[in-house]
Amino acid sequence: MTPILDIKNLCKSYGPVEILKDINVSIVPGDFLVLVGPSGCGKSTLLNCIAGLEPISGGDLFIGGRNMTNVSPKDRDIAMVFQSYALYPTMSVAKNITFGMKVRGVDQATQKAKLAEVSKQLQIEPLLNRRPGQLSGGQRQRVAMGRALVRDPKLFLFDEPLSNLDAKLRVEMRTEIKRLHHDLGASMVYVTHDQIEAMTLASKIVVMKGGVIQQIGTPAEIYNRPQNLFVADFMGSPAMNLIPAKAQKNGNGTKIKIDREAGGPLVLTDTNNPDLPEDVILGLRPEDIAEAGYRTGEHVQTANCLVDIVEPAGADTFVVSQLGGKEVTARLHAETKATPGQPLEFAFDLGKVSYFEPESGQRVS
Amino acid sequence: MTDYAAPSAYASRQRSRTGQIALRWLLYALLCLFALYYLMPLFVMVTTSLKSLEEIRTGSLVSLPRKVTFDAWATAWSGACTGIQCEGLRPYFLNSMMLAIPAVALSTLFGALNGYVIAQWRFKGANLIFSLMLFGCFIPFQVVLLPMARVLGMMGLAGTIPGLIFVHVIYGLGFTTLFFRNYYVSIPNELVKAAKVDGAGFFRIFWSIFLPLSLPIIVVTVIWQFTQIWNDFLFGVSFSQAGTQPVTVALNNIVNSTTGVKEYNVDMAAAIIAALPTLLVYIVAGKYFIRGLTAGSVKG
Amino acid sequence: MSEWLERHVPKMVLAPSFAAILLFVYGFIAWTGWISLTKSRLLPKYDIVGTIQYERLMASPRWDTAMNNLFIFGALFIIIAMVLGLALAILLDQKIRTEGLLRTIYLYPMALSMIVTGTAWKWILNPGLGIESVVRGWGFESFTFDWLVNPDFAIYTVVIAGVWQASGFVMALFLAGLRSVDEEIIKAAQVDGIPTMRIYSAIIIPSMAPIFLSAFIVLAHLAIKSFDLVIALTGGGPGYATDLPATYMYAMAFSRGDIGQAASSAMVMMLVVFAIVVPYLYSELRAKND
Repeated sequence: MTPILDIKNLCKSYGPVEILKDINVSIVPGDFLVLVGPSGCGKSTLLNCIAGLEPISGGDLFIGGRNMTNVSPKDRDIAMVFQSYALYPTMSVAKNITFGMKVRGVDQATQKAKLAEVSKQLQIEPLLNRRPGQLSGGQRQRVAMGRALVRDPKLFLFDEPLSNLDAKLRVEMRTEIKRLHHDLGASMVYVTHDQIEAMTLASKIVVMKGGVIQQIGTPAEIYNRPQNLFVADFMGSPAMNLIPAKAQKNGNGTKIKIDREAGGPLVLTDTNNPDLPEDVILGLRPEDIAEAGYRTGEHVQTANCLVDIVEPAGADTFVVSQLGGKEVTARLHAETKATPGQPLEFAFDLGKVSYFEPESGQRVS
Repeated sequence: MTDYAAPSAYASRQRSRTGQIALRWLLYALLCLFALYYLMPLFVMVTTSLKSLEEIRTGSLVSLPRKVTFDAWATAWSGACTGIQCEGLRPYFLNSMMLAIPAVALSTLFGALNGYVIAQWRFKGANLIFSLMLFGCFIPFQVVLLPMARVLGMMGLAGTIPGLIFVHVIYGLGFTTLFFRNYYVSIPNELVKAAKVDGAGFFRIFWSIFLPLSLPIIVVTVIWQFTQIWNDFLFGVSFSQAGTQPVTVALNNIVNSTTGVKEYNVDMAAAIIAALPTLLVYIVAGKYFIRGLTAGSVKG
Repeated sequence: MSEWLERHVPKMVLAPSFAAILLFVYGFIAWTGWISLTKSRLLPKYDIVGTIQYERLMASPRWDTAMNNLFIFGALFIIIAMVLGLALAILLDQKIRTEGLLRTIYLYPMALSMIVTGTAWKWILNPGLGIESVVRGWGFESFTFDWLVNPDFAIYTVVIAGVWQASGFVMALFLAGLRSVDEEIIKAAQVDGIPTMRIYSAIIIPSMAPIFLSAFIVLAHLAIKSFDLVIALTGGGPGYATDLPATYMYAMAFSRGDIGQAASSAMVMMLVVFAIVVPYLYSELRAKND
């Protein structure tokens, strides 16, 4: 299948400052690509480059197989939804939605039909004669989406479209976007700094930092096999526990030694990963640390740790303790008897563990 | 204990209340006094213009006219001497109109386009250009009088109204650009991006999206430019000749003409006539001016 | 081709204005600066001879008077207008019911031409028929108020008229400043029991420093450019008693036919403005870029 979007060796700099370095991404029709990273990582700039709103300094960009590197935004067959919605303040909702068609000289009848179709789909029919200033945040969001949908583009671009909504509405709209993607089978590129949005929406995630792609993969790949410490720390909430440890080969297993507050170092034996460097950082997600007896499996090992803090969160209870000089969070069941200041036996699921090289931060295995 | 304390507290509260009321009266008295100070010259101008010369000589400056006469107004409008000619202010009033309207329109249009480019289509060097234009607002115009006189001569515009229009447009650009730039800079750039994706170009975006948003700042700019150009004296006196002079120059000539009897009532009527357009603009649209200057951001 | 056009349209729109400013502001300043270094009299000459025009300027008693007047007028005009403007703003800030009307009354002189202002005050200050005769009419037979025709005091009449015209504008600036102070800070101070006077002097006024600066710049700029007011009020007289650099320059350029003097005096005015405005603009633009 020809990729719908193909970015090859894209570079972007403002004067001497490099914003994007050698970006290579490609998606097939129907993909939902999410660009995620902390603010200033270049994800919005990359989206603007895809849209043609920012010229690129090097590399090539193909949309639908056509080289669009030097093509102006209006000829790229894209539609875009912005963070501030960017609705034209003096035009009614209907005019906002049809403005693009009007500019392109689409005939009145088609405009009308399209407007009716899209406003029905987004349930904004009662709002068509209002001005953007008279709408709520969620309604504005829908109108902005309508403006994009009506164009039937090859590629939809979203620039943090949910970040101005309150928490509840954000979850609702997230579901709606997902449904829309499913119904239309459209190709989308979506920028967000919210890793939960990235996980829930994407069919493919690009994690960026400092203008460099850190990892590309499906949500499961990114979550379960982060390529480096940055991705491991950035994706997931609460973040993955990253614990400094010493590894020592021992028969057909590896002994993992972790400093503990009381009772000497904690020692685990990993039988999966035979070739670890001596100094290693062990990454384990909070849900892969359970109370002993609540998790079974071939690679589960138990050990005692002192409990520092207990945070009940309703469905789960988070328990924090000190390991390897770091705060380590475990996600326990709601009815746990863990008490601050008391030791508790934890179950570590080494089948889910990631190892990183401390110097380079890269994944070891 | 409380039985004794209560009445005394009540009394002191009562005392501070009367104090407050007195203070309030003092405040209003002061404010009215200042209002009188600002109104007094206008009052004197109006009453003097409605008196006969005889009454002016015998009566008091601040008294109301015993017999109201509009003769001075008629003379000021169509008979007062500005030197050799005695046609009153009328031709010069028309000169000022013919000068101010195109000059205001053109400088506002250019200011809007410049501000739109500088605020929304940033390119390398745009900020430097803006700084250079901004500084142009602050130069004393004396420094450009001599070369401008020569350039107008070379262009064949010396002593003409188009020449004056040209001068006012050029030296108004700094302010009009500043006004529009500061207004447009508060409009999110995503609007331009969205319109670009929608397929609109530079002028389409300006015309369909930015211009409809600009009413408040257009009001500010038009009032500002109209006041500046109507009230200008320096350019008018430097670059006009008999017949093309603006109203301020003609007024000054009437007041300072040394021939014949000094007609104070005509002077005052002429001064009011010369001031009327800007005064009217200020009274009608002044509040939009203040509001527009302070309102920066646009909702939506 | 159309791609290229599309990308460069904004620059092309800005270009004519930029070229005009470059030529008619900066080019003209350069031209005037050049002429100020020549022996030009009635017609411009372009051979640079040095600072002879500036030496003539410094030696001229009329220029000396003009500069003195500028400092007297400038200082008094700025100080009085600021004090009056601030006082009015504070008085108006006390939840006055007729604020809109009063504001209009205080502000309307700003809409007038300085020629109109000068004409009005010339009449009011007229020694024979103006205020002097009014006060005498009240029974003070020996009252004299002849500043307008007294060479030692005439410059103060310019201050009176100037302050009348500009103080309302300063009031509007300060009033906007007072209103922009964070209300929570004021409420906190009121809860702490700090008297109103202290709230103004210790909290509100210090936080308005940028507005003081803007008001100062606007007034200083008006003072240096003020030309119309002197022409209409005193005509620069009696004698040269109320000459300002602006009227000096004009006289040299258009009635005395001394272009060299006109150019050098204009350049000195320019330098005075530079000294005041450049640091201000610099700090403004830098603050905005941060």
